[in-house]
Amino acid sequence: MNLSDIVFRNLLRRKAKALFVLAGLAIGVATVVALISFVEAMTNHINHKLEKYGANILIVPKTENLSLSYGGLSLGGVSFEMQEIRQRDLQKIDSIKNAANVAGIGPMVFGVVTVRGQKVLLAGVDFESTWILKPWWKIDGTLPGETGVILGAETAKVLDLKRGSSLQIKKKDFIVSGVLKPTGSQDDQLLFMTLGTAQSILNKEGLISMAEVAALCKDCPIDAMVKQISEAVPGARVMAIQQVVKGRMEALSQFKNFSYGVSLVVVLVGSLVVLATMMGSVRERTEEIGIFRAIGFRKSHVFKIVLLEAGFISAVAGILGYVAGFGVTKGVLQFFYESGGASILPSVNLAAGALGLAVLVGLASSIYPAFLAARMDPNQALSAM
Amino acid sequence: MSYVCAEHLVKTYGTGAAAVRAVHDVNFDIEAGEFVSIMGESGAGKSTLLSIMGAMNPPTSGRFVVNDIDVYKLGSEKRTDFRREFIGFVFQSFHLASYLTVLENVMLPLTTVPTSRKEKRSLAEAALAQVGLSGKEGRLPSQISGGEKERVAIARAIVNDPPVVLADEPTGNLDSKTSHEIMALLQRLNRAGTTILMVTHSRDCAGYAERSLMVTDGRLTEPDRDLLRVGNDLPFQPEPQDLCSDARYG
Repeated sequence: MNLSDIVFRNLLRRKAKALFVLAGLAIGVATVVALISFVEAMTNHINHKLEKYGANILIVPKTENLSLSYGGLSLGGVSFEMQEIRQRDLQKIDSIKNAANVAGIGPMVFGVVTVRGQKVLLAGVDFESTWILKPWWKIDGTLPGETGVILGAETAKVLDLKRGSSLQIKKKDFIVSGVLKPTGSQDDQLLFMTLGTAQSILNKEGLISMAEVAALCKDCPIDAMVKQISEAVPGARVMAIQQVVKGRMEALSQFKNFSYGVSLVVVLVGSLVVLATMMGSVRERTEEIGIFRAIGFRKSHVFKIVLLEAGFISAVAGILGYVAGFGVTKGVLQFFYESGGASILPSVNLAAGALGLAVLVGLASSIYPAFLAARMDPNQALSAM
Repeated sequence: MSYVCAEHLVKTYGTGAAAVRAVHDVNFDIEAGEFVSIMGESGAGKSTLLSIMGAMNPPTSGRFVVNDIDVYKLGSEKRTDFRREFIGFVFQSFHLASYLTVLENVMLPLTTVPTSRKEKRSLAEAALAQVGLSGKEGRLPSQISGGEKERVAIARAIVNDPPVVLADEPTGNLDSKTSHEIMALLQRLNRAGTTILMVTHSRDCAGYAERSLMVTDGRLTEPDRDLLRVGNDLPFQPEPQDLCSDARYG
């Protein structure tokens, strides 16, 4: 017979009360676990999606001129001086502090060429990086080699060309290896070929017009990376696609803050449930505590009995709360993302955190009832019977 | 020096005009191994006196000494240790823990004692054998009779072999036959060397004690000899002076 025997026997006797405390704490912990895991899963999912958006940093030549285009509409008849960046300068990006966060760099060179009597904007691209930079591309055909081109959907229509057609650019023959499916972007109106071939045709060997960089991933310091690239490539202007990145990150951050706020409220309610129930339990056990004190239980023994009881219930609530919270998140994610876009895996850290939180809340809420029980005067407790 | 000694004990509840004096200048002296009953009508102050003797209710003034220890000079936790070591309680309403078995109830005072589980069990079984309850160790209080509950309460009081047992109306909830069995049991314990102080309003029960103290309006008075069937050294009214002069503490 020791203190823990008394605790377990009492818990078995007062099953309903123990279950009430257990449920209060477990619901609190489950809510916190569900919110945290949901936010975590959403973060991963959004990051994954953002990575799929491709390029999010643009490197363009520094210019004194203002752009005379808006939303893809260009004012006709206005010409402006085109400047270029040296292609080898892009290699310096490999040495920036956050180089590991760079998923891909896509240098591009632009120039106007005439095809079948029509002026077309030619884009030389590094096709190896297009899968990272332009994951939305769907090509009806294959990527071109040295003598091939792919056409934007609009270009193919205007020039009346299709996969397998041949065309001449500056007296060189090319085969259309593929046609892009409509993207809704400027890519629909371009003619693409390999970077080297385009540089050769446009007489811009070693020069590029712009570069796209895909650098978004979880915890990427996008602003810091823009600064680092600007320093590495001094002749260029580096811009982050702020609206996409910041907008989504801010939304996520707000949801996170909301989740933490809700978690705090739920934990407070859970602790009040524990406090009220333990207070009631102590009052109901006045006679018993009086006897314990009369027959030689010190205040510390009574204190331990109450806290052991709360600690045991809290630990069980922590485990159950984690399992329930994890299950709820799984279910909610399946409901929100039927295609299975977002998922979570069991986390040892979160499980340990849930257990710790439950025990901490349970014990903290039981300190006052335990204190009241411990300081109960045995004579008064027994006289009250 | 007597084993249990009270000197000018006074206990007042409340203050000012509302003050009620429950114990009024009580003095007595009890030798080790005595069986003393404390008699009195309801509200006479005998339960207050018992709680003072149980180291649970500090007197307003006066001293209470057991085995040369001035009990109320001890701090609260030391007094708890004193209760565990020196006093066994038999409460009026049994006060058994309903969710513990008979054996576990008897083992309760040993819970905080640093002894092995086996040893505690063995002591509890011996105490139950002493009160004639062997074989009922696994039963819950709800599964035994009133007399058996009283025996369990007595076993719990003696399990750690305290020198003094305080019994508060030990037969208050029992029928006549069972009451006599319980009193005979207490008498046997006393003959085995345990000092027993028993509060009762039953003259029959008081008759089992070697001597009786009568409490009236908070004061010890001489009991009527004819009221008691058994008894000796009556009347008891010791001299108040120097009763506890050799107290070890204080």
